[in-house]
Amino acid sequence: MKGTIKIDGDFCKECLLCTTVCKNQNLRPAAELNSKGFHPIELKEDAECNGCALCALVCPEVAIEVYRE
Amino acid sequence: MNRILMQGNRVIGEAAIRAGCRFYAGYPITPQNELTEYMADNMRRAKGGVFIQAESEIAAINMVLGASAAGARAMTSSSSPGISLKQEGISSLAADELPAVIVNMMRGGPGLGNILPSQGDYFQATRGGGHGDYRTIVLAPASVQELADLTMDAFELADRYRNPVIILADGMMGQMMEPVEFNTPPPRQYPECYILKGMGRGKSKFIRALILDAIRMEEHNWKLYRKYQVIASKEVRFETFWTDDAEILIVAYGTAARIAKGAIKRSRELGLPVGLIRPITLWPFPAAVIQAFAARVDNFLVFEMNTGQMLEDVQLALGNTARIQFYGRPGGVIPTPAELAKVIAYQFRKK
Amino acid sequence: MKKIFSRPKSLKKAVFHYCAGCGHSITHRLIAEVIDELKIQDRAIGIPPAGCAVIAYNYFDVDMLEAPHGRGCAVATGMKRVLPDRIIFSYQGDGDLAAIGTAETMHAANRGENITVIFINNAVYGMTGGQMAPTTLLGQVSTTTPPGRSALLDGHPIHLSEILGQLPGTRYIERCAVNGPANIVKAKRAIKKAFQYQMDGIGFSLVEILSQCPTNWKMSPVDACKWVTEVMAKEYPLGVIKDTKA
Repeated sequence: MKGTIKIDGDFCKECLLCTTVCKNQNLRPAAELNSKGFHPIELKEDAECNGCALCALVCPEVAIEVYRE
Repeated sequence: MNRILMQGNRVIGEAAIRAGCRFYAGYPITPQNELTEYMADNMRRAKGGVFIQAESEIAAINMVLGASAAGARAMTSSSSPGISLKQEGISSLAADELPAVIVNMMRGGPGLGNILPSQGDYFQATRGGGHGDYRTIVLAPASVQELADLTMDAFELADRYRNPVIILADGMMGQMMEPVEFNTPPPRQYPECYILKGMGRGKSKFIRALILDAIRMEEHNWKLYRKYQVIASKEVRFETFWTDDAEILIVAYGTAARIAKGAIKRSRELGLPVGLIRPITLWPFPAAVIQAFAARVDNFLVFEMNTGQMLEDVQLALGNTARIQFYGRPGGVIPTPAELAKVIAYQFRKK
Repeated sequence: MKKIFSRPKSLKKAVFHYCAGCGHSITHRLIAEVIDELKIQDRAIGIPPAGCAVIAYNYFDVDMLEAPHGRGCAVATGMKRVLPDRIIFSYQGDGDLAAIGTAETMHAANRGENITVIFINNAVYGMTGGQMAPTTLLGQVSTTTPPGRSALLDGHPIHLSEILGQLPGTRYIERCAVNGPANIVKAKRAIKKAFQYQMDGIGFSLVEILSQCPTNWKMSPVDACKWVTEVMAKEYPLGVIKDTKA
């Protein structure tokens, strides 16, 4: 199953909860900082996402939108 | 309309129901229990009427807050110590600009005090009572008929100004029975936009008193202040009794005013030219009325059932323009007309 | 590709002021999702607490009424009695609900008021900077129990949900957590049930949410989530405390 996510970096507070639930370890803090001083989480370039939405489920900030085929 | 003989506490209840009160929460406390019980018996008569015996005075005022925001004419009642408990809730009602009627049948204090009538809560009622810059309209009935009329007016004033209104009476007024006739008040006119009942198809709104930004909080305080200025300019009520040729003026309200009238009649029989100014609104206080009399009269006697509270408002109003004396009996003592007549005579001779 | 997860309609698009990893944020979203799914946005009225969530009206897109500290259940009672067909929910922290508001909470429950209460338990007073709460654990350090809570001086942690379960007036009480996907799914189910019970006229329902508070527990969000399972849930076991229709 193919999927992807969109993260609104301005909402991210780098709590890292999403990184602990992604089974494929697709998520990591970006190098850049957002306007609040956090490294917003980003999807790795080679990520294989199946749209399971566990990251969005745990994200406290509702920063993640999930897409699935 | 029939005149019937009815007890003061119960009259307040009946007047409230006729005025459209549809939510009452209260807690037993002497000397106003007959009011709470009357509401228990009679609220269900009115369509949609809700009576709750709350677990505390604090719970009751907070239930009133919820009911008022939800669009009901809401009332609670208590006596002195219970009114102290309600102060945070009353401050919140004022901050939220929610209408509500709070009845205080005053008793001896401070502290647990006793169950006899007094006027010891004047400061509490007229100086806001709770924390913050706000006022409540304070109505002081002096007869069972006025208990009926002013209770009905209280709901109308609370709606008009979106503010809590206090009915300040005392234990004796609550217990005594006098003939009363109930008016038919006009139906409620209260804008829907102030009622919180779910956003429906419109936008959501919220009612709150927390304003973290200082400038916006200041704005809100001045907005309330301007409202209180409007109330002060429009809603002062008072009665004058035999003041035209008076050389001594008694200032008294509620039960004290009734006693004063008896004392004045006795004094007049002895040829003493004494009259009475009876504030009916304690806030806004009829300062201008008292000041106007000071142009002609320079001898005022403030008479209260406490150690001197309204006295300060009279002093504020008159400053040095007249001599102000005070006679008070706190603690639940009910002074007699004869006793006050002696004080008046002494006042007059002292002059 | 289809969008399968996004912000619920009843949650305003605003950055939460809550700390990174805070249980409030997750719970807010769950409540908003439930309000959307039950289609009650038009007639839900929420009552925020005094506490970190005092400005919950900045987030929930439903009518809201602020209550004085602890009095949410009394305010909810007044509202529900006047508007019985609206869905009234109170959202309260552990101090609000189980310290200053204990009487109002217990008596609303005892009267069986048909309201929904969301009880956020983070074992500490969050907004005011980490003082002891009624639910603080024995030995837990807080700013008012610097050597750790002592049973002798400070009493034991209160299990208010269990106490409420004893009252005949209550119908549904469950304790959940939001520290991981499985618990979040269960918490949402419980919240939905608590709202549904009100809609069906069944009676008083309360969902207690063990909520991670990284800032006042002085842990990272990930560690705080672990602490909920490894320590807090041992004192406050997750699960249904009461579920009855009558």
